[in-house]
Amino acid sequence: MREGKLKVNSDWNKDLKVKFTVQDPCQLIRKTFGDPVAEDLRYVVKKVVGEENFIDMTPNRSNNYCCGGGGGFLQSGRPEARREYGRLKSDQIIKTGAGYAITPCHNCHAQIHDLSEHYEGGWHTVHLWTLICLSLGILGENEREYLGPDLKEVGL
Amino acid sequence: MSDEAIKLGGKKKSKFIDKVKEILPEGGNLNLCLTCGACSSGCPATGLEDMDPRKFLRMAALGMDDELLSSEWAWMCTMCQRCIYVCPMKIDIPQLVFNVRASRPREERPKGILGSCDMALRHDTCSAMGASEEDWQFVVEDVAEEVRENQPGFETLQAPMNKHGAEFFLNQNSREPVTEPDEMVPLWKILHLVGADWTYGSKGWAAENYCMFLGDNKSWEHIVRVKAKAVEDLGCKVWLNTE
Repeated sequence: MREGKLKVNSDWNKDLKVKFTVQDPCQLIRKTFGDPVAEDLRYVVKKVVGEENFIDMTPNRSNNYCCGGGGGFLQSGRPEARREYGRLKSDQIIKTGAGYAITPCHNCHAQIHDLSEHYEGGWHTVHLWTLICLSLGILGENEREYLGPDLKEVGL
Repeated sequence: MSDEAIKLGGKKKSKFIDKVKEILPEGGNLNLCLTCGACSSGCPATGLEDMDPRKFLRMAALGMDDELLSSEWAWMCTMCQRCIYVCPMKIDIPQLVFNVRASRPREERPKGILGSCDMALRHDTCSAMGASEEDWQFVVEDVAEEVRENQPGFETLQAPMNKHGAEFFLNQNSREPVTEPDEMVPLWKILHLVGADWTYGSKGWAAENYCMFLGDNKSWEHIVRVKAKAVEDLGCKVWLNTE
């Protein structure tokens, strides 16, 4: 994006004003590359959805709470404990008021998607690649599984 | 709040914590705890199984090995390392948790994680969902062909397989090819637009490694070696893990 190879813009969201928050994956941020990659992540998200439509959770970046999808929790056969663990994350997302949580990690995506349903948080959970393609106007019809009705038709 | 007081046995020696101390990576420590509780106050697993990170560490320090090793809490800590991040002494509690997992008899570890690890050990794909090389190659080519035919602007889209000398070797979580293959497409489009020189491999492509979560060191290492070999065999420079 910085080199101009991906010409993303947030015009599609100028009038819609759909709000987004982002999950800092523990593995990517705290455990591997630290805050600089959290800044890169925000750079991308803001370019794609519009700066005024991004709302950070608190705490965030390297200090973010794990969502509860890591460490094998999703496969360990303890859904009640896993969801209780994730209550903190659910409350955090709800507090932002965002309609979408962006999850640039597979485990985070599965867990946060499940938390929204379990706690009836009402937010949608999307991969970052989905939004990048949406903002480029190249997101295909079959690639919108995790978008809500407000974005299902955007750019089609 | 009204927990029973912890009673210490008379002659118990601290064995488990000493063992873990020996294998801690450089800089990691377990014996400088100030008992401040910063770890527990910001841990989403605090309270599960009547446990929290500080209590877990203190029990280890007190040599309560039996209680520690039988605690289910080791499977409720995700080893996210926030406790290390906020700890003034940078104590590595997740390492302790990992080693508690590894000390449990293998067949007594959670069935779901165990099954996913065992499945990954069956094929060189390392897929925890058991996807074979043939299934994987078929799905990727089938989805790519559909995009080329139906999506204007992507008539030349490729999802290369076993392309020798490609710069990037891309991994993929098994869930995509197995349950929602269309989710792979946005990533391919991005790589296509930037002109990235990338490839998938028919071997070692599955991004997940449940053997690590299982605390099965031998199998965990095996999986990583199979994946690393797949990257090396293709002569790729960068190993990109999508997870």
